Amino acid sequence: MAKIKYIEHSGEEHEIEVSNGLSVMEGAIQNDVPGIDADCGGGMACATCHVYVKDDWFNKLSEKSVGEDDMLDQAYEPKSNSRLSCQIIVSDELNGLVVHLPEKQL
Amino acid sequence: MINTDVLIIGAGPTGLFCAHQLGIIGLKCEVVDNLDKIGGQCIELYPDKPIYDIPAIPECTGEELTNNLIQQIKPFNFNFHLSDRVQEIKNENSKWIVKTLKGKEFLTPNIVIAGGVGSFEPRKFPTKNCEKFEGKNVLYSVKDKTIFKDKKVVIFGGGDSALDWAIELSKNSKVTLIHRRDEFRGVHTSVDKVKELENEKKLEVFTKYSIKDVEGNENLESVEIKNEEGESKTIKADYVLGFFGLIMQLGPILEWGLNIDKKTIPVNTENFETNKKGIFAIGDICTYPGKLKLILSGFHEGALAARGCFKYARPDEKYRFEFTTTSKTVKNRIGAKE
Repeated sequence: MAKIKYIEHSGEEHEIEVSNGLSVMEGAIQNDVPGIDADCGGGMACATCHVYVKDDWFNKLSEKSVGEDDMLDQAYEPKSNSRLSCQIIVSDELNGLVVHLPEKQL
Repeated sequence: MINTDVLIIGAGPTGLFCAHQLGIIGLKCEVVDNLDKIGGQCIELYPDKPIYDIPAIPECTGEELTNNLIQQIKPFNFNFHLSDRVQEIKNENSKWIVKTLKGKEFLTPNIVIAGGVGSFEPRKFPTKNCEKFEGKNVLYSVKDKTIFKDKKVVIFGGGDSALDWAIELSKNSKVTLIHRRDEFRGVHTSVDKVKELENEKKLEVFTKYSIKDVEGNENLESVEIKNEEGESKTIKADYVLGFFGLIMQLGPILEWGLNIDKKTIPVNTENFETNKKGIFAIGDICTYPGKLKLILSGFHEGALAARGCFKYARPDEKYRFEFTTTSKTVKNRIGAKE
């Protein structure tokens, strides 16, 4: 279990307890956090669960798999600290993780 | 006006198998898809990726699955209307009049929406000014490459489309290629070719930059790019091309008066009809308690929706369930030997 903070582009914060093994995307979808669409359902086949992760946390996450950056090229306003939240799997170590949501997904 | 029993929106696996089921029960259908090829997400997003959860097929790729489905519905000779999109629907005398973007018209008692998560559209540049020049100087696909001759062309993107067009247009135009990171995701030969052209000064490459905006009054004059450190550059441009892949949007479906819940359409699980009589939704686009976004669920939904279509297409006949293994009628329909 980890507490994850989702911060919308507007600044609105949602702090949610997400079970281990779920993705950060699923944590958002199951709790109706606006701003994450996840059109493909977690298949790394779209770029609509795009989040920004600030450096301190970015470096603690497991590395991007092959293909994630390719999908991120197709995201809205990708940056070097962009991730697909479906590819971040929650564990106790991620307790306190903060993700920032882009202005929009499409 | 094309008369048919069922109009299917979407030529992905779910739409294709629904067409098969319609053929088996003796109904005609027409299939419309926005892409230029059959297969939907399977062919557009993961033609080479293996799929492991199609019943009785331990492993196949998106392309193989599509080809097999095409093969399976071949006996029925259904028409496909590709690179077109259903734009407008209207109810008249309990039938639907369906109009497409290209101006085709259908008259049908049934519409099956098998539209996945919407139709594929090119991702566009996020600025208002780009909208102003869209279709004129700002383009997301190339229809006629001769317009770029001796012009300054700025290309954005890191995939095969961006690389291929950078290579091709560098022959006769002044090309600048811009990508948001150092690695390009196109095939190696194209990446190498671009590097070679860059070394020969036949084209310019800027990485770690993205678009800030375009400028110009009547005609486009320049494009401004920025990096994450906030530095920007202005590049003179006659044309700006963006190749950021495709995004999926529900589009006109939102305007047909259907109930929509988080980009999906609620249906009943008896025949997958929506809140509108004669409109069914199957596959990723439909939702109901327990819905799984699996291809196999789409097959099941398509089979039941096909039976749902029967009662509106043949109101005076009674639907009779038959097995393909034993029914002579069905065997005739698929041209199988008895």
